[in-house]
Amino acid sequence: MSLSNEAYITGVGQSQIGVKLARSPLLLTVDAVKEALDEAGLSIGQIDGVSTYPGRVAQMLGFSPIGADELIDALGIRATWYAGGGEISSQLGAVVAAATAVRAGLARHVICFRTVYEAAALSRPDEFPMPRRDRVDGFSQWTAPFNALSAANWTAQYAMRHVKKYGLKREQLAQIALTDRAHAALNPRALVREPLSMDEYLAARMISSPLCLYDCDRFTDASTVLIVSAGTAVNEVRCTPIRIAAMAGTVERHSWDQAEWTASYATGRDLWTRTDYRPKDVDTVQFYDGFAFYALTWFEALGFCGIGEGGQFIEGGRRIALDGELPLNTFGGQIGAGRLHGFGFAHEAVTQLRGKGGARQIKKADPRLAIATSGGGPLATALLLARD
Amino acid sequence: MTAPRPLPRLDADNRPFWTGGEVGELRIMRCRDCGTFLHPPRPVCRHCLSENVGPEVVPGTGVVDTYTVNYQKWHPAMDVPFVIARVALDGAPGVYLTTNIVGCPAESVDVGDRVRVRFEQHEDVWLPLFEKIA
Ligand SMILES: [Zn+2]
Repeated sequence: MSLSNEAYITGVGQSQIGVKLARSPLLLTVDAVKEALDEAGLSIGQIDGVSTYPGRVAQMLGFSPIGADELIDALGIRATWYAGGGEISSQLGAVVAAATAVRAGLARHVICFRTVYEAAALSRPDEFPMPRRDRVDGFSQWTAPFNALSAANWTAQYAMRHVKKYGLKREQLAQIALTDRAHAALNPRALVREPLSMDEYLAARMISSPLCLYDCDRFTDASTVLIVSAGTAVNEVRCTPIRIAAMAGTVERHSWDQAEWTASYATGRDLWTRTDYRPKDVDTVQFYDGFAFYALTWFEALGFCGIGEGGQFIEGGRRIALDGELPLNTFGGQIGAGRLHGFGFAHEAVTQLRGKGGARQIKKADPRLAIATSGGGPLATALLLARD
Repeated sequence: MTAPRPLPRLDADNRPFWTGGEVGELRIMRCRDCGTFLHPPRPVCRHCLSENVGPEVVPGTGVVDTYTVNYQKWHPAMDVPFVIARVALDGAPGVYLTTNIVGCPAESVDVGDRVRVRFEQHEDVWLPLFEKIA
């Protein structure tokens, strides 16, 4: 394949990450757009595509207040291609769509964004009402009547199977949250900047066994932007382009409770069929951790260890620390940095590959290859990102 | 749990499942051509695409495939802890139900426990809860 038919992540940007921010979700998105444009050296007039997940969700505005339509209109973008929707293989599916579009010649520079306003929405129910729950349909009808109301409950059941079948210990799973929080302390934008000790973790109250408070991410208000550029247009960009070397995304049974395995396993298997790189080539991993257990499954799913061996793989935490062989979630993940909902992982992978991590930059010299993932329940996406 | 449970909106596809408890029946949609059990219930077979499907009464027993004990009060009136489980149904291979295991201490439930359905009526819906078989 000629280089011109590749897709690259060029500029990346992020708003402040906060709780109950007064700044509107559109303006947070604009903050992230401007930072991404600045880094890439692009003007808004050079943007001709927009891609987002899950689009504006009218019945749950805090979850997704801004859609592609509104951003295109607000910023005067002349879009030759755009897309926004939730029926895609999780959050970073929006990047897969954009990369596919630029490779097909439908656009040259695509703004991919994810804006969340879940913390502010909780405090302003008049502006951002929660959905009514008097009668439920679709997937919710199979869980909500049994008060399995949260993704924590659905995820906990997968985690419990690891506990019972493979002997996963709390002290092992804890390394996801401990690592996230240690790294978040080095990220000036992170929501939670105090480290977490093993004693604090083990003493935490259970949310839904075996998941405790610190295994869950935190609602936040923020926007993250990734610009995906066509190989034919990448010479217009002044930052180091990061090539999307391989992509994969799958859906298991859409009803979470009918799936035998989380979708990460099939996604991980597919990813390595689309590249000559191998797990040993990877310098850092940014794994979705809306619940800590998902990050653990991604180590197994992507073949860094065998199925059921994730707990042993991360035990003690040395391997996944900043100076370890496979640094994890160097920005703090969603548990430390806040629930950016998928896009934070790709943002950080790009930042690390450019050596721009500052105090949280991984210690390996000259990192070349990173993985960013999103999802991990019935939906999952993985991106293999390379600096050539 | 004293807090009201969110109830399903009944429609042509799901009504046999949610109302079977009125006559003590746990009903799972099944393809009459290839025999595949279909859950969630839909008017087409996910295996052979046949529309010759209909509800079939299954024994109402099963095995706890996995579970969690919920401790979080998702709203103030919720009584905790309680058990959410995924039950693999006898007689309906490949079908799992998310449900509650009731009638025993939350801490006493484990993977592999044998369970039996116990319907609980809420308005026009009969929720299939499960209890351990002694
Ligand atoms: Zn059939």
